[in-house]
Amino acid sequence: MTTTLPAYDEVVARYEPVIGLETHVELGTNTKMWCGCPTDFGGEPNTRVCPVCLGLPGSLPVANKAAIEAIIRIGLALNCSIAEWCRFARKNYFYPDMPKNFQISQYDEPICVDGYLDVEVGGETVRIEIERVHLEEDTGKTLHVGGATGRIHGATESLVDYNRAGIPLVEIVTKPIPGTGALAPEVARAYVTELRDVIRTLGVSDVRMEEGSLRCDVNTSLNLPGAEWGTRTETKNVNSLRSVERAVRSEMLRQASVLDAGGRITQETRHFHEDTGDTTPGRSKETATDYRYFPEPDLVPIAPDPAWVAELKAALPELPRVHRRRLQQQWGLSDLDMQSVLNAGAVELIEATVAAGTTPAAARKWWLGELSRRANESGVELAEIGATPAQVAELQGLVDAGKLNDKMARTVLEGVVDGEGSPTEIMTNRGLEVVSDTGALTVAVDEAIAANPAIADKIRSGKVAAVGALVGAVMKTTRGQADAKTLRELILERLGVQG
Amino acid sequence: MSDLTRMTATEIAALVAGGETSAVEVTQAHLDRITAVDDRVHAFLHVDTEGALAAARAVDERRAAGEVLGPLAGVPVAVKDVLATRGVPTTVGSKILEGWRPPYDATIVQRLRDAGTVMLGKTNMDEFAMGSSTEYSAYGPTHNPWDLSRIPGGSGGGSAAALAAYEAPLAIGSDTGGSIRQPGAVTGTVGAKPTYGGTSRYGLVAFSSSLDTPGPCARNVLDAALLHQVIGGHDPRDSTSIPQPMPDVVAAAKLGATGDLTGVRLGIVSEFVGEGAEPGVMAAFRESVDALAKLGAEIVEVSCPTFAYALPAYYLIAPSECSSNLARFDGVRFGLRVGDDGNRSLEEVMSLTREAGFGPEVKRRIMLGTYALSSGYYDAYYGQAQKVRTLITRDFTAAFEQVDALISPTTPSVAFPMGARTADPYQMYLADLFTIPTNLYGGPGISVPCGLSEGLPVGLQVMAPTMADDRMYRVAAALESAVGTFTPPAL
Repeated sequence: MTTTLPAYDEVVARYEPVIGLETHVELGTNTKMWCGCPTDFGGEPNTRVCPVCLGLPGSLPVANKAAIEAIIRIGLALNCSIAEWCRFARKNYFYPDMPKNFQISQYDEPICVDGYLDVEVGGETVRIEIERVHLEEDTGKTLHVGGATGRIHGATESLVDYNRAGIPLVEIVTKPIPGTGALAPEVARAYVTELRDVIRTLGVSDVRMEEGSLRCDVNTSLNLPGAEWGTRTETKNVNSLRSVERAVRSEMLRQASVLDAGGRITQETRHFHEDTGDTTPGRSKETATDYRYFPEPDLVPIAPDPAWVAELKAALPELPRVHRRRLQQQWGLSDLDMQSVLNAGAVELIEATVAAGTTPAAARKWWLGELSRRANESGVELAEIGATPAQVAELQGLVDAGKLNDKMARTVLEGVVDGEGSPTEIMTNRGLEVVSDTGALTVAVDEAIAANPAIADKIRSGKVAAVGALVGAVMKTTRGQADAKTLRELILERLGVQG
Repeated sequence: MSDLTRMTATEIAALVAGGETSAVEVTQAHLDRITAVDDRVHAFLHVDTEGALAAARAVDERRAAGEVLGPLAGVPVAVKDVLATRGVPTTVGSKILEGWRPPYDATIVQRLRDAGTVMLGKTNMDEFAMGSSTEYSAYGPTHNPWDLSRIPGGSGGGSAAALAAYEAPLAIGSDTGGSIRQPGAVTGTVGAKPTYGGTSRYGLVAFSSSLDTPGPCARNVLDAALLHQVIGGHDPRDSTSIPQPMPDVVAAAKLGATGDLTGVRLGIVSEFVGEGAEPGVMAAFRESVDALAKLGAEIVEVSCPTFAYALPAYYLIAPSECSSNLARFDGVRFGLRVGDDGNRSLEEVMSLTREAGFGPEVKRRIMLGTYALSSGYYDAYYGQAQKVRTLITRDFTAAFEQVDALISPTTPSVAFPMGARTADPYQMYLADLFTIPTNLYGGPGISVPCGLSEGLPVGLQVMAPTMADDRMYRVAAALESAVGTFTPPAL
C-alpha cells in the first residue's frame, strides 16, 4: 500500500500524540547478573559462558550485588521510591537465545517505582514521569544465516551466541506522556538523551546505543483533541538518539494517514529502519504469548537496607541538569546560548576543554563553530568528530601564544579532524607558523610601503583606517603567516604614525 | 573378612581408616554385588566402574601418605541421577537427557568427592523425580529387593533399592514431596529430607525449586546422619541455601542411640492416623509409638487441620514450577534433539523433541502447571495454593509450640505391586499424602523402619521444625535402638 503521508504541521494540528518510552540499559558490572562470567562487549561467540548463563540443568542463579546497587542508584537519580522488599519473577516464553526459556525479570514488584526526570525542550522544562525501573537479564543473540535478509525468514540455519546472556539489564519505563503536541519527537529524544547522561554520570553503564548497551522502544499513539487516547504501537530497533526522534515522527505521520483514511491502528510491534526512516510491522500484540509470570523460586527476595539506600542517595554525584546549571553560570551563558550548547551535544566537550586551560568563550567558539559544522557535514555526533578537548585546548594555546592566527587555526583544526596529528605537529608540518621574526616582517612592510606610496601618504596624513590595505598587501606576500595586530602596529611604526 | 557389602558405612570407614581393608577392596565388593543382583533390581542407570575405582585408589593413596581421612572416606555412595556429575551421564530418568554428560559437579557431589567417598554410579528414578514408584523412569522400573514384583517407592526408588539390595551402604536422594522418605519406608531403609535450604540444590536438576531438597539415604540412622553432615551446610551457589551452621545431626543420632527420650514431647498428627492408612501400617506404627513411650517420650495427639489441603496445594505448586523449570529442555543446547532434518522450523524441532523426550507423567504435570499459571487462572490456582502453603506452615509452627517433633506413618501403605497404580495418577499421588506437608513447610523429615506388615517394611516419619534436623535424628535413632533394623530376604 502506497500512501502519501500528510504534512507534519497538519498532523499535529488535527491530532494529539501520546508517547511512552521503554529503555533498556546494560549495566557495566564486571560480571553477569547471576554468575561470574565477564560482561565485556565482543569476544568470540560462546566463550563468556558457564553452566549458569547457559541454563544447564541443575544450575542456579545468584544475584549480583553490584547490579542491585547500580539499579538503586539509577532509581534514586530518577527520583523513584525504592522498594523495601521485592522479588524477581520468571517471564516464560520459548526463544532459543534465552537459555532457560524463561527470563528472570521483575513483574508486579519492581525495585524502583514512581519517579520522574525533567528534560528541557525549546527552553521549556518537561517533566517525564517514570513508572518503574526494574532489573532483568539480557538474552543471547541469534544470527540467522543462509537467508538474504539476515532475518529468520528464509534462513537455513540459526546460530546463537550466549556471551550476552545473563548480562544485567535495567528497564526504565515512563508513564504515558501526553500534551507535548508537535514537540513529541523532540521530547522523546530529549528524554533519552537526558537519561543517557544521568546514567553515564552515575558510571553504571557506558550507555552506547550503537553497541546496544542502551536500547529504546518507543510507544506512540494519536487521538483527536478531547478524545480518549488512541491505540498505541511499539517501535523497536531504534538505535540512535536521532532515530528516537525520527521514529516518533514517522509513526505519527503513518498513524495519521491511517486515521485520515478512516482506518484503525493495530496494536503491534513495529520495526524502525534507519535507512528509510520508516517503520514496518513486526509481531502482533494481539497474538502475544501469556508469559505466565510467577515469583522466581530460585532467588530470595531483595530487601535493601534503608540505611544503605540512604547512603547511596547521599553519595549520588551531581546530576547532569544541576551540573549544567552550574556550568552555565560559570561560563556566563544565557539560557538560549546554553540551549545551543546542549543541542550540539557539546557540554562535556566544552567542559573538558575548559578544564584543559581554555577560556569558556574560546572553547565554545571551536566546538559550536568549526567542529559542529564538520560534524553536521559528516553526519556524526560531535563527540565522534575526531578532535579531542585536549587538542582543541592545545590549538587555542597556540593562538593565544601568537603562533597561529584565526585563519591558520581553522586550517590546523581541519588537519586535526582529518587525523593528521596534534595541532603543534600540523602547524610545523604544514609550515603554518605566524611570522614573528620582525626582521623579515619589517622587510615585507617596507616593500609594501614602497609599492603603495599613495596609501602610505594617506596614512601619514592621519587617515589611519587606510592601514588595512597595507596589512592586506603584507599578508599576501607572507601567505597569511603574519599576526594581523602585530603587523598593523609595525606598519604604523615604520610610517612614524601613532596608532 | 566378613562381607563388606553387609557392613554399615561407619564400620567400612573404620576398617579403611585402620588399614584393615582398602577403599579399592570395598569398592570392588560393591561393584561385584551390583553385577550379581542389579539385573534383577535395576537400581542403577549407570555404574561408573572406572571412576569409582579411581576414587577408591586416591583414598588409599592419601591414607598411605599418612593423611587423616574424613569419617566417610572410602565408603561407596550411590547418587540419584538427578544430580549433575561431571563427565558422568546424568539423565534424570528421562529420554530427553539421554547421553548428557554435565560439564560440572553438583555442590553435593563435589562435597562427596572432597570427603573421600566413592561414587559407584547413578541410581534410577521416576522421570524428573515425578512419581512414587520409579515406574515412570524412561529406562524401566526398579524392583523392590523385599519382593521383586513390588515397587521400591519413588521417585528415589533406585537409591533406596540399592541400599536394601546391599549394592551400596549409602545413597543420595532428593525429596520434593516424599521422594526420599517414601522409598525409605517401603524398602526398610532410612531416608532423611533435610530442612529446605540445609542442603545445596546447585546441580540438582530442578523439578520444583521451592520444594526440592537433596538428602541422605542409608540402612541406619547414624550412617544417614554422617552422610547428612558431609553434604549439608551453606552453599553460596544456591541463593536459597541457609547461611547458618547446620545442627549437629551426628551427635543427635548418637544421643538417640542411647535409647533415652526422657523429656521429649512427640505429637501424633491426628489427621494421619485415621482411615487413610492400611491396618497393617497402623499396627506397626502403634507398636512403635508404644516403644517410643517406653524410651521416655511423652506422646500427645496434635491436630493439623490444613494438612488435608496439602496434596491439592502441592499438585498446583509443584507442576507450576516444573512447567517453567522444564522449559529449557528444548533440544537446542544439550540432550535429545528430534526432527532436525534441515526442513523443519526451530519451533517444530523444539516441539518434536519435547514430544519424544518427555514421558506421560512429565507431560501431565507440565500441562497442569502451565494451566495453573495462565493469565486469568493464576489467582485461583497457583495463588490460592500459596495461601494454603502459608496456612500449613502456621499449623506446623503452632504444633511445634506444643511438641518437639511430630510423628506419623511415612506412607499409607506398604510397597504395592508394580502396575497397580500407574493407570490412576490420583492413587499414585496418595502415596505421598503424609510426606508432602513437610515439603510445603520446608522443615526436615525422616523415615525410619518401624516394623513389618505382611512381611513388608513399614516406615515411621519424624518431622521437626526448620533447622532442627538434629531432633528428628535423635528420635529416629532412639526408635531404631528399640526396634532394630530389618533385613530383606536373600535375593
